[in-house]
Amino acid sequence: MKHFSNRYIFIFSAVMVVIVATLLSLAATLLQPAQEKNLEIEKKRSMLESIRVTATRDNTEELYDKYITGSFVLNSIGEPVEGIDAFRVVLKNEQKKPLEEQVLPVFRATPHDGEKLIIIPVEGKGLWGPIYGYISLRSDLNTIYGVNFDHKGETPGLGAEINTSGFENMFWDKTLFEDGKFVSVKVIKGGADPDNVHGVDAISGGTITSKGLEKMLRDCLVKYNDYLLKNKI
Amino acid sequence: MSNLEKEPVFSEKTLKLLTDPLGKNNPITVQVLGICSALAVTVKLKPALVMALSVTIVVAVSNVVIAALRKYIPDRIRIIVQLVVIATMVILVDQFLKAFVFDVSKQLSVFVGLIITNCIIMGRLEAFAMANKPWPSFLDGVGNGAGYGIILVIVSFFRELLGSGTIYGFPVMEKLGLFKTGYENNGMVILPPMALIFVGLIIWFQRSRDKSLIEK
Repeated sequence: MKHFSNRYIFIFSAVMVVIVATLLSLAATLLQPAQEKNLEIEKKRSMLESIRVTATRDNTEELYDKYITGSFVLNSIGEPVEGIDAFRVVLKNEQKKPLEEQVLPVFRATPHDGEKLIIIPVEGKGLWGPIYGYISLRSDLNTIYGVNFDHKGETPGLGAEINTSGFENMFWDKTLFEDGKFVSVKVIKGGADPDNVHGVDAISGGTITSKGLEKMLRDCLVKYNDYLLKNKI
Repeated sequence: MSNLEKEPVFSEKTLKLLTDPLGKNNPITVQVLGICSALAVTVKLKPALVMALSVTIVVAVSNVVIAALRKYIPDRIRIIVQLVVIATMVILVDQFLKAFVFDVSKQLSVFVGLIITNCIIMGRLEAFAMANKPWPSFLDGVGNGAGYGIILVIVSFFRELLGSGTIYGFPVMEKLGLFKTGYENNGMVILPPMALIFVGLIIWFQRSRDKSLIEK
């Protein structure tokens, strides 16, 4: 191995760092619009999946315009707030504010069968990072029509199972209220009784993700309590 | 390495670079590198395949870059340089996946970042690319990536079959009607330690076939 002077080593490292930094920031800047577009499509697709509509990347925009009929924003006591676009609300930032200042986005949807649904976004913590999703409720504002969950970095085959249809479909027709009281849906280790309208099976090997998901549902949906109770049939 | 220049592109010697890591010099079972990721990604066949492919690409390209620069890299900071090259490669791959094949990028999720810490890549850069020309380094990278992949696929095949009763998501055990006879999936196979046991079994099998691999 040749001997290199200290001066050479310093220059070598400096040049290397500059090249690498330029390369990376160039890639990040150039690819950003495409990446953001992807995230927006992904968000729309998740919403569609929560109302049991399967979309591909190509027809997401079209189906979104067809089935998602509107949106509005509520405050924590269930009153509408004007002038905020529900699609642009970042749930993570809202959750950092005190409850009174938070805004709660709601989307309206009408799938094939013509039933009027609402979609509520949820976000919480899994084992390794954030987990999030959309819950659609039937017009009684109590029965779950469908759900879609996703995650940033849960372990594939374990916690990541929350975004498989096998797990998501268990939520269909579960209910959030019992005698006018909010009870949410629980994730039950060892399997839920099929007759239990407030429980689904936990994921084996994904206990912390399952528990995080249960907490996410409870914490996010309880904020809509007033709105759901006032407007239910 | 001057004798290499006269050799054809795929001589016996260069081909050995490709085939050796598949068996006799396998990165996982013989060099015992990259075990950590082998535990994490082998619960199901699909992530294992994607991981194998990504590692192969990253190790091959990093090998070429380091081999091309090998005469200019100061010895004292070579590990830092190697890490910078690997990390840059991985971040670039991640950015491109996010922009153009979003679905694949979701599929890979944390693994893209994990590639940086895969010892096989560092190991090959340090042991091979620092002393060889770009072309043999490229072959060495592809060979080692494939050798890593083959073990991942074997382990994940058995873990998915025994743990979840499926192969590549296809419900084999259910189709065979085994559940009706009282068969149950083995939940223990899903847990990470079982991956080590499977890797151990492969090592045992390989060494009992090829005695030259047994350490004195």
